[in-house]
Amino acid sequence: MSTGGEGGLKVPPELRRIAWLWLVLSVVATPLVVIFVGPLLPPGSASDAAHGQQQDNTVMVAIVVPIMIGLLLYFINALIMFRGKDEADALTDGPAIRGQTRVMVLWIATTFVIVLLLAAWGAYELFPGEEGAGGGLGSAPISVALPANASSALPVQVIGQQWTWTYRYPTFGGVETTELVLPVGQEVRFSVTSIDVIHSFWAVHLAVKADAVPGNANVAFVKPVREESSTVRCAELCGLWHGHMTSRLRVVSPAAFRAWIAHEREKWAPIQHYLPAYKPTYAPEPTYRAE
Amino acid sequence: MSAAAIPAAGPVREPWWRGLGRFNVFTGIVLGIGGYLIGALVIGHVLSKGIPAQTETNQNDIEFVCGILLGIVGFLVGMGFLNYPIARLTGAAPTLREKEEKGIARYFTLCTDHKVVGIQYLWGVLFFFLVAGLNAMLIRTQLLYPTEHFWSADNYITLVGLHGTMMMMMTTSMVLGPFGNYFVPVMVGAKRMAFPRIEALSFWLLPVAGVVLLAAVGAKGFPTGWTGYANLSVQAKLGMDCYLISFALIGISMALVGFNMLVTVYTMRAPGMTWTRLPIFVWSVIATAFLQLLAAPVLIAGMSLVLLDRVVGTTFFMPFSGGSPFLYENLFWFFGHPEVYILALPGFGLVLEILPVFSRKPLWGYRLAVAGLMGVALLSFFVWQHHLFVSGINPDLRPFFMFTTELISIPTALVFLNAMGTLFRGKIRFSVPMLFALALFFNFFIGGASGVFLSDAPSDVSTHGSFFVMAHFHYTIMGGLVFAFFGGLFYWFPKMFGVHLNEKLGKLQFWLFFIFFNLTFFPLFAVGMLGQPRRVSAYSPSLQWLNDWVTAAAYMIGLSFAVFVVNVVYSCFFERRRPEANPWHSKGIEWQLPTPIPVDNFERVPVINASPYEYGTPEAPLVANLNPSHAEVVAAGG
Repeated sequence: MSTGGEGGLKVPPELRRIAWLWLVLSVVATPLVVIFVGPLLPPGSASDAAHGQQQDNTVMVAIVVPIMIGLLLYFINALIMFRGKDEADALTDGPAIRGQTRVMVLWIATTFVIVLLLAAWGAYELFPGEEGAGGGLGSAPISVALPANASSALPVQVIGQQWTWTYRYPTFGGVETTELVLPVGQEVRFSVTSIDVIHSFWAVHLAVKADAVPGNANVAFVKPVREESSTVRCAELCGLWHGHMTSRLRVVSPAAFRAWIAHEREKWAPIQHYLPAYKPTYAPEPTYRAE
Repeated sequence: MSAAAIPAAGPVREPWWRGLGRFNVFTGIVLGIGGYLIGALVIGHVLSKGIPAQTETNQNDIEFVCGILLGIVGFLVGMGFLNYPIARLTGAAPTLREKEEKGIARYFTLCTDHKVVGIQYLWGVLFFFLVAGLNAMLIRTQLLYPTEHFWSADNYITLVGLHGTMMMMMTTSMVLGPFGNYFVPVMVGAKRMAFPRIEALSFWLLPVAGVVLLAAVGAKGFPTGWTGYANLSVQAKLGMDCYLISFALIGISMALVGFNMLVTVYTMRAPGMTWTRLPIFVWSVIATAFLQLLAAPVLIAGMSLVLLDRVVGTTFFMPFSGGSPFLYENLFWFFGHPEVYILALPGFGLVLEILPVFSRKPLWGYRLAVAGLMGVALLSFFVWQHHLFVSGINPDLRPFFMFTTELISIPTALVFLNAMGTLFRGKIRFSVPMLFALALFFNFFIGGASGVFLSDAPSDVSTHGSFFVMAHFHYTIMGGLVFAFFGGLFYWFPKMFGVHLNEKLGKLQFWLFFIFFNLTFFPLFAVGMLGQPRRVSAYSPSLQWLNDWVTAAAYMIGLSFAVFVVNVVYSCFFERRRPEANPWHSKGIEWQLPTPIPVDNFERVPVINASPYEYGTPEAPLVANLNPSHAEVVAAGG
């Protein structure tokens, strides 16, 4: 590779001004964004997983902001400074600079370091011990992916079917409900499955998402930290009424939860024995296709 | 039949049945319809006898699929794709006779002139872009209201599937089809593609696939979007077969284009066209061709297996009969992720081709650009499970796929560095192609930065399957490929059609498109983060004002394309501004040739003496010596 005229890594005069401008803007803008925009970033902080993802998003925004400022400054500066002054000038040739090895090496090294940092940070957020990331972990997650208090988590089964969600609480007699109610401050262990096609269980404000795959129990952990009501949605196209596949989610105090679950058990007791015994997955019969 | 019976130098003997029809698109349609009727009413009917799952429901997949497959065969026979093989089998001499036909009619036939195929592709691609774009308008119209207001959920989900599938199918050939076929042979100094009939076949499969896909509307639609996840696709109605067959056809077309391009560039470069003199656009075509050749067969396999599940009753993807929906997800995304780079790489190549011309500088870091394109192509095979972070796959693999995905930003960033270096100290002209090329870098940066959020496994938990993803890939595909496509179209239109597109209307289109593209898709990142899943016909009422904003801006994108249509009509039929021989003052080899380019491109095999980016080197020779002496050919290694 023939390298262009100049050697060395001195900042060329055309770039000196924007180099300073970039430095100043980045040093000012990045902390401002982290401090003021960070706490507003989705998915909020209604659960440990949401909080972890918000932190994650903040870090990535903080990395993206100086890069974006730098690229914008460079392009705007270049387009103004190097534009052809008039039609004739725009048809004369620029200097034949074909490349500069040091710039290339610096560029590759910088992007590589950023990528390494991002990957390391993402992996750290993924296996934090105390806070789960809220994503589906498959049917048999390895221990390092589990939150520290996984063993004391409240098990809740999520069953997707076209086009509704139902929930079973195996530690409360396997009672089945159409509303998801969770006690605040309690680690929850979702086991997500489906009895027909692939759905995706998305508790939006808790920042939990786990695909509901027929024949598979997809485990996800979360600890809600605020009493709040919201909506569960389906995030994987599952056919006609995909957009309407919602259900209500309430995070309530532990006492209210105990009262609610006792009431549900009492309400559904007469028909409880028609339900299949609690299992991680259910195979419906017959398995013909619809219509 | 002995070879001696053939006149040595005469034209190929007319087969006796040629008198029955001229073998063009009309005979193709007639035989296609005939094939469908025979396949559905005779073969399919007989085959499905005694299978109650097919005959006793109101949808008989066996009849439908047999009809479509035989219809496709009928169309291709009617187009004349069997004429040459049969003529050769009966002893005719090898020939490229189809190339010599003249006039408008050749655009409706099997034509082996790569320039005709390129223009066929261009109009085909633009037509499908129009249909799929109108679908997008209809989708956005629905989303003006948080509940079903204009379309039933049924029609809406079919619109979403049609828009996604048609765009994904069409964009695979959006650059390689028109510009690849038209300019790659010219740029490497060849007289034709390596396999001209396969080139024609790869084009004619595109309209066939488009028609089969559109037929889904009449067959109760399909509910799966462009991803076609099993086992939803197995339980879906008849329209699903249309999706499966058309996507598989596009897979075949892609693989054919890929290997045709590779062979052409490898074997047909003119003397002196070394690997380092190859235009960067041709390098991007090579990288894309590798992806197409290696990824498309996986798509064909996946589509065929779903078709077998639906038609024959196998259970590859049926979870309660020993199959697995995960198998489909892996097959699909093993194709699907290289696919998105099949869409991105030609766009990179195009803008890197345009930038040196309009900055009047050599392409900065040529080898680095090649490494970048090849690096993206290679890495794209190692990232597919980032689509499955929350699907319930083995979670130990998430850090690996997160890392490989983020690694792709390194070769992608190289393309940015090439652009920045090329602009530096240049003489920049803001012609329409340059505007589109520059916009790609703005759009693709936002697309790439949002991609980092999606590649990050914890962050992906919330953004996966939401409008955030949708905004992300529209930024990369529409903001990248479609902008590059229009840049290339404005750049090469004078060469392809001998007409200069109007600059003012072009700039109007560009600014409308650029501004409203960003106003449409940037808010969608927020819509996704706030909890709106993709492909929903109903959403949270609290998000209505954002959705209405997006819809209004999307209509303005539609307006920008209307400006383009007006521009083409106005420039071609009213203004008719004949371009100079080299309107952009480019050093590219294609501008050394007369307009229109003669049938055989070059009268004699040219000798390549320089790279096409020798700006600022006045003593550099012309790229091609179009009339080399014998000694010069020998000296160049010919």
